[in-house]
Amino acid sequence: MSEEALRQLEAETEGYVTAELDGQLFGLKLTQVRDVFLPKGICPVPMAPKPVAGLLNLRGRIVTAIDLRACLGLPARDPDAPSVAIGIERGNELYGLIADKIGNVLRPEPETFEPNPVNLGAGWADICAGVYRLDDGVLMVLDLEGILDLARPGGPQLTAA
Amino acid sequence: MDELLGEFLTETQESLERLDVELVRFESEPNDPELLNNIFRLVHTVKGTCGFLGLDRLAKLTHAAESLMSRYRDGMTVSADGVSAILASLDRMNEILQGLERDQQEPAGSDDDLIVRLLALAEAAAPQGAREAVRDLEDQETLADMAMVRAGDEAIRGRRVSEPEEAEARLPDDLQAAGLEYLVAEEMVSEPIASEEAQGTDAPGREAAQSIRVKVDTLEHLMTTVSELVLARNQLLDIDRRKQDTEWKAPLHRLSGITNELQRGIMKARMLPIDRAWQKLPRMLRDLSVELGKSIELTTSGGETELDRQVLEFIRDPMTHLIRNAADHGIGTPARRRALGKSETGHIDLKAYAEGDHIVIEIGDDGRGLDTDRIKAKCIEKELLSETEIGQLGESEIHQFIFQPGFSTAAEVTDISGRGVGLDVVRANIEVIGGTVDLKSSSGQGTVFRLRIPLTLAIAAALIVETDGTRFAVPQHNVSEVVRAKRETDCRIEMINDAPQLRLRGRLLPVYDLGGLLHLPEDEAVPRGRLLGEMATVIVMEAGVRRYGLLVETVLRPEEIVVKPKASVLQDLTMFSGNTILGDGSVIMIIDPAALAALAGVSEIRADFSQREAETQEAREPEEAPVPLLLFKAGGSVRKAVPLALVARLEEIPGKEIEVCNEGDVIRYRDGLMPLLFMDGVTRQAGDALQPILVFDDEGRHVGLAIDEIIDVVEAPLSLEIRSVTPGLIGSLLVDGEVTELIDISYYIGEGLTQRLAAREAEAAKTARLLLVDDSQFFRNMLAPLLTAHGYSVTLAESAHEALEMKEEGTRFDLIISDLEMPGLDGFAFAQEAKKDPRWSETPLIALSSYSSPELIARSRAAGFIEYVGKFDRQKLMAALKAVLPQWGAAA
Repeated sequence: MSEEALRQLEAETEGYVTAELDGQLFGLKLTQVRDVFLPKGICPVPMAPKPVAGLLNLRGRIVTAIDLRACLGLPARDPDAPSVAIGIERGNELYGLIADKIGNVLRPEPETFEPNPVNLGAGWADICAGVYRLDDGVLMVLDLEGILDLARPGGPQLTAA
Repeated sequence: MDELLGEFLTETQESLERLDVELVRFESEPNDPELLNNIFRLVHTVKGTCGFLGLDRLAKLTHAAESLMSRYRDGMTVSADGVSAILASLDRMNEILQGLERDQQEPAGSDDDLIVRLLALAEAAAPQGAREAVRDLEDQETLADMAMVRAGDEAIRGRRVSEPEEAEARLPDDLQAAGLEYLVAEEMVSEPIASEEAQGTDAPGREAAQSIRVKVDTLEHLMTTVSELVLARNQLLDIDRRKQDTEWKAPLHRLSGITNELQRGIMKARMLPIDRAWQKLPRMLRDLSVELGKSIELTTSGGETELDRQVLEFIRDPMTHLIRNAADHGIGTPARRRALGKSETGHIDLKAYAEGDHIVIEIGDDGRGLDTDRIKAKCIEKELLSETEIGQLGESEIHQFIFQPGFSTAAEVTDISGRGVGLDVVRANIEVIGGTVDLKSSSGQGTVFRLRIPLTLAIAAALIVETDGTRFAVPQHNVSEVVRAKRETDCRIEMINDAPQLRLRGRLLPVYDLGGLLHLPEDEAVPRGRLLGEMATVIVMEAGVRRYGLLVETVLRPEEIVVKPKASVLQDLTMFSGNTILGDGSVIMIIDPAALAALAGVSEIRADFSQREAETQEAREPEEAPVPLLLFKAGGSVRKAVPLALVARLEEIPGKEIEVCNEGDVIRYRDGLMPLLFMDGVTRQAGDALQPILVFDDEGRHVGLAIDEIIDVVEAPLSLEIRSVTPGLIGSLLVDGEVTELIDISYYIGEGLTQRLAAREAEAAKTARLLLVDDSQFFRNMLAPLLTAHGYSVTLAESAHEALEMKEEGTRFDLIISDLEMPGLDGFAFAQEAKKDPRWSETPLIALSSYSSPELIARSRAAGFIEYVGKFDRQKLMAALKAVLPQWGAAA
């Protein structure tokens, strides 16, 4: 592909940082992602909303780790299982979205985008903003606002848990 | 345009704020031409800039306001009406500016009401039959406008506030006669670009900028970056420690120093003078006086005192509230004041000054003072106290009740301060940032509120505690003591219907399990019930009027923490005030003691009263007061102890880091070398094995004492069982039933200071003679060597009587330091006796006390003491000595 064509493609298609959770592929817009890091030394916060896994120190800054598994109502990760965090910055705050595994950066064709299927479970519908049909499976687009709302006390779903 | 507008907004808002202040001053000093010129210049600047930016509403309004101002400049009598109209226009301008900030354009609306009012005032003021003159003046005005356009343009381009009157002064001469110029000028205002050619013809000379505006975000970012730098530096130091390669050491040491310097610099850049928060006050008070029909004068001092901008934001509202309060409730109407033989004008005095790492703000009025009887009545009405309880309380204790929620004694709720926001909110807001509020009031004389505020919120002293495998930081200013409760002792935990209570000095204190409160998963190794078993660690917390015990597993250490705000998703967790990164890189939550108490449901009033009783009791039995002691092992089998308050820090340093100089052992500590002393029999660690060290701070100079092992921190009264003759030991005492040797820090610090002492010998000839009066052997033993080491000649007295005998014998001293709490004749009585005798009346007296309260300080002052120092506050004592006896340079 020529360089120009590539630029063309970049302009037309949105890049997604992808990550796997329980075998399902999720994506976050490339422009929203600050960095990807290994979530080490998470210190749990007592009485925090369930999706908040805890706080960690990333090069001197405090990152709030949010476990996507908890957001999606998936069973908790085995403590020894590998995990990865997608770093995002909102205002002056850093958040790390914890997934099982990081994937490639994908640029799916815009035509393959569809809104959330209507029969998606409530937890999923809250944090997904549509889906791309890929050749081998689907890419769920993560909705950052939805995730942060969920992590906020009084947010939908998990507060009672 | 956006940037230009943003800059205009900031500058104009600042100008308006200053105008507010200046106008209020002007009203009372209408004959000060400089003041008037100042105001004129400010209005000009605003007007010119508005015209340049095509802000019609603002331009018209400022023009009208300026017309009136110019009458004043021409000598018209200043009326309250006129000033009110101008102030009202300033308010309107602020409204417009807010709209401008929001929508990037002026909000729709008309200001004709104000313009008509202003112009009517201006016209009415013009001399009879002088319409022409008015017209003339109007022209001049407009010409001034034109000049302003240029000046404003200049101000924006050159990013500096220009001196418009230079340009202004020039123009009228040229153009005064030309009637047509009016139109021309109008055109120029509406088409400001046309003024471009005029630019540069007489631009005032530029001054070199002495300060620049920096975005808060930029500062915050720098702060974070520096924190990261500190962390990276620490990692490097860590690596360096493990390597033998000495090539690194020097540059690394420099890097370390520079990093510290940088951190200090950034902290300083965040500081603002406190008068930033005072600027709006004169205006507010002026409006209040008009509204209330009172005459009030505000005096301020110490406005240049600096504090962190974040803190400044926090105290703005409480401070304003207290001032409104003073104006509304404190100061009476002129008639009432006259009837009482006071001046008709009431005074509110605002003072700020630094006191260590705190600043003190005093808000005083010369009003009627608090109505003690009414407070008493209210207490009974609200069932806070019974008649008998009230009878036991002193006046100042009664006064404290006005900080209770819903406690308003104003007979009628007024519009000014009776808004349902009480002093309890003021107190809560101040305490949130680790400050305190006191008050002192005397009937008919007035009331003084005293706020003590930390200089910065970014760094705080905290106790690191651990419970159920989780660590927390507890702000030290809320910790009154740490207690080890043990079964079958006087200090034990008792259960009342499953609710644990700490029996402490004959009182019961409700105890809450931190882990239970926070629903921490129970640690299997230490099941929760066991915390209440044989031995329990309870932190006695004081959060405002609440007092309670917090049960934790262990108190790890005190640490200076860098406070970071918690993430927005955690905002609802009010029991945490923030979070912090510890030295080992882990992140822990900082407990908010007041919110935690609320979570636990600690009752405010009862806790408050029992606290008062407890304090009264403590005051009655001064020698029984327990002191937190650090227990440790250092050679031999007997435990050693030192008062925790004397220890600056606990450190652990690998043995190989200890270097031997000719003078003795030293280690690298912070930015320099610290002398390290080994107590007899202490095992020297080698290689990577860690050597525990107690660090003592002697006026910024550190001395380390190497020990074997830190055991614990406990509470125990300092009653010596056996007095020691061994140098370095004060004596033995029983701690938890076990014999413990109390070490004499001054002995060791003194050793660390041998060199300084030698240097001082030359000055020995002019030694100051000190008398130390203290019934406690412990303190005499602790302070005497210290004072001697600082070059004073010390005489000891065990009681006030002994001291007074010396007086009778004719002994003279240069200074007397006396304990306040002593059996028999106490410090106050002693001071009064001493002052009566002409032989001693000139000798300065310094008070020492284990307790600190404004009442005590005031009492001590009244008794004749010139300084008041906490017993463990060695640095303050030394500073006080230096201040009182400046002619003896030995202590420097």
